Amino acid sequence: MQPKLTLLSDEIIARILEEAYELLRCPGVKVQNPEARDLLAAAGAIMYPDNNVVGIPEALVKKALESVPREFYLYDYDGNPTVHYGGDSVHFDPGSSGITMLNPETLEHDTTETEHLIRLLKVAEQLPQYDAQSTAVICHDVPKEIQDSYRLYLTLLYSKKPIVTGAFTNKTVQEMIDMLVLFAGSEEAARAKPRAIFDVCPAPPLIWSNFGAGNLIALARAGVPAEIVSVPLSGAAAPVTMLGTVTQHTAECFAGIVIHQLAHPGSPIVWGGAAAIFDMRKGATPMGAVETAMLDCSYAQVAKTLGMPTHTYLGATDSKLVDAQAGLESGISAMVGALSGINMISGSGMLDFLACHSAEKLVLDAEGIAMAKRMIGGVKLHTDTLATGFYDDKINFKGGDFLKQKATMQLFQKEQHLPSSVIDRDSTRAWKAAGSLDAFGRCKLRVIELLASYRRPEIDPEKENRLHAFILDLAKKCGLEELPKLEDFQPV
Amino acid sequence: MSEELYKEMAQCIIDGDSDISAELARKSIELNMHPLDAITKGFVIGVNYIGDQFGKGEAFLPELVMAGEAMKAAVAVLEPELLKLGEAREMMGKVVLATVEGDIHEIGKTLVGTMLSASGFEVVDLGVDQPADKIIGKALEIDAQIIGMSALLTTTMVRQREVIEELDKEGLRPRIKVMVGGAPITRDWVEKIKADGYSEDAIGAVKIAKDLVGKGDQ
Repeated sequence: MQPKLTLLSDEIIARILEEAYELLRCPGVKVQNPEARDLLAAAGAIMYPDNNVVGIPEALVKKALESVPREFYLYDYDGNPTVHYGGDSVHFDPGSSGITMLNPETLEHDTTETEHLIRLLKVAEQLPQYDAQSTAVICHDVPKEIQDSYRLYLTLLYSKKPIVTGAFTNKTVQEMIDMLVLFAGSEEAARAKPRAIFDVCPAPPLIWSNFGAGNLIALARAGVPAEIVSVPLSGAAAPVTMLGTVTQHTAECFAGIVIHQLAHPGSPIVWGGAAAIFDMRKGATPMGAVETAMLDCSYAQVAKTLGMPTHTYLGATDSKLVDAQAGLESGISAMVGALSGINMISGSGMLDFLACHSAEKLVLDAEGIAMAKRMIGGVKLHTDTLATGFYDDKINFKGGDFLKQKATMQLFQKEQHLPSSVIDRDSTRAWKAAGSLDAFGRCKLRVIELLASYRRPEIDPEKENRLHAFILDLAKKCGLEELPKLEDFQPV
Repeated sequence: MSEELYKEMAQCIIDGDSDISAELARKSIELNMHPLDAITKGFVIGVNYIGDQFGKGEAFLPELVMAGEAMKAAVAVLEPELLKLGEAREMMGKVVLATVEGDIHEIGKTLVGTMLSASGFEVVDLGVDQPADKIIGKALEIDAQIIGMSALLTTTMVRQREVIEELDKEGLRPRIKVMVGGAPITRDWVEKIKADGYSEDAIGAVKIAKDLVGKGDQ
């Protein structure tokens, strides 16, 4: 039995859905993309041309919910289905789109470039706790116009895992889809076994921007999975109450699903978000706040009553360092996400309100994720009798008796998660002998080990070279003659 | 043929399978293999392997203990054969183990005992809550070279010093060496009470014991 955390009653969920439908009718949703408006108008939505607001009838939502897939998979490079969107499956990936990275020596937040993304990819690739990679940071050493495509390019070169990514414009989403098609071999292959999912954000409150809605349409038509990342901020860009925020989140997701399914019914889309409260002292959006985790747990519960696959942003911290606050906020929120049965939980590795990434934090968070996954593994029945079978004639009432049992050897690794060297369980003597390191110190060592043991996966050289040529062509179009040199890959 | 059997012997220890280790020991007797060869070229190789793996963090306590138990089962079959041949297995040394007076914790000490026996020491484990005179008495009785004392509590670890002082008073050191262990034991404490050795875990204890009997290279 997978343990579950639920915060809402069925009655409250029914009211959330009811009021979300009401919000879609009035005040309606601002849709800033002309093609999306055309699709909605043709489907019978009420159009207010003066301000691009669209009233979406309940019937349109219900129709969209009928055609949307209840589950689908993301595939790794070798074509294995390794991420399951649907039901109560739980996966984690590193947070996306950081703009700085913690320098473990100077503790400065360095502006991210190619080397930083590669460092994160290498570390996450070797940690089994991360079922998917993300295009984790923006590389500021390439022009803005290709920054989103370029990080997908690096991720495809350095990883075999499925990828959580996103595009920054309606033009680049198509380029990124083309890159995936190039790697998959054909449009059909890319659709049949999607490697990547694209985060697409509405703007709170109740706005689907030109870029957001445009992305939804392009992804739906290509059959590439889309993940709605609705970001209501309680008390600022959404009602101050949790239930009000979750209701707005529901309406924003509904509107996105309608646009998406109108563009291509049956294309995969995920009910996701990065909801947060708005901190009234600092005007910040704390990702480590317990209320943020509560909002996510709540909206996931709403999604599950509709049978939708789910996503959220948890496992991150607002601390600037990999310190005690980072550990507790990330660990607690990862646990809440896992107990909520959310299919993809993004955010690990991230500090400073999702602005800053850290490889050291990725290895720390992997331990929190392992604990959360162990938790949802639940308490299992492994033996015919619960205990009596363990007390055979060899028991001589000594403390170590059970260490001598075959069952102990066979079952201890099923019952107990064995943490990595990041978690200290040494005696004080051994801890001192190992340098009296704190968790951050141990994380630094683990990152060094992982960077040393990394080998770039074997990828079809023809695909790699074509991908390189594709991205180089994009770079040249915006005035960059040469891409940053990569240590592990030399194009032919 | 022998080579293959040696490999199987090592493997059953690694697998921690006492049934198979006893069976292979019997098989070696049927094949007229010298019991000492069975032990040193077969079973002990498995014990050493698991010990190394444990040291690297790649094997765990249950594997270690099961390996020790499997070794014990094999030796139990082979020892009567050695006696018949008029030979005895050359032991590494004799050790008396005990948890000190007032302390009833013994998982760690029992592990040390298991690993010492598996590595060729003759071990008498007195159990828990043992006063100094009993520990020393037993050591003299069996002519032990080593006394190993465990204490899990800061309140009972002082008893380790009492035993050492008693040994000194009787002029029994350095004839009898003293190893100490237990969670609260620090290097400072070991120096302060003038113990001869201590280790972090059961595998380390085997190494210390070998050093103390002058067989560190075996």
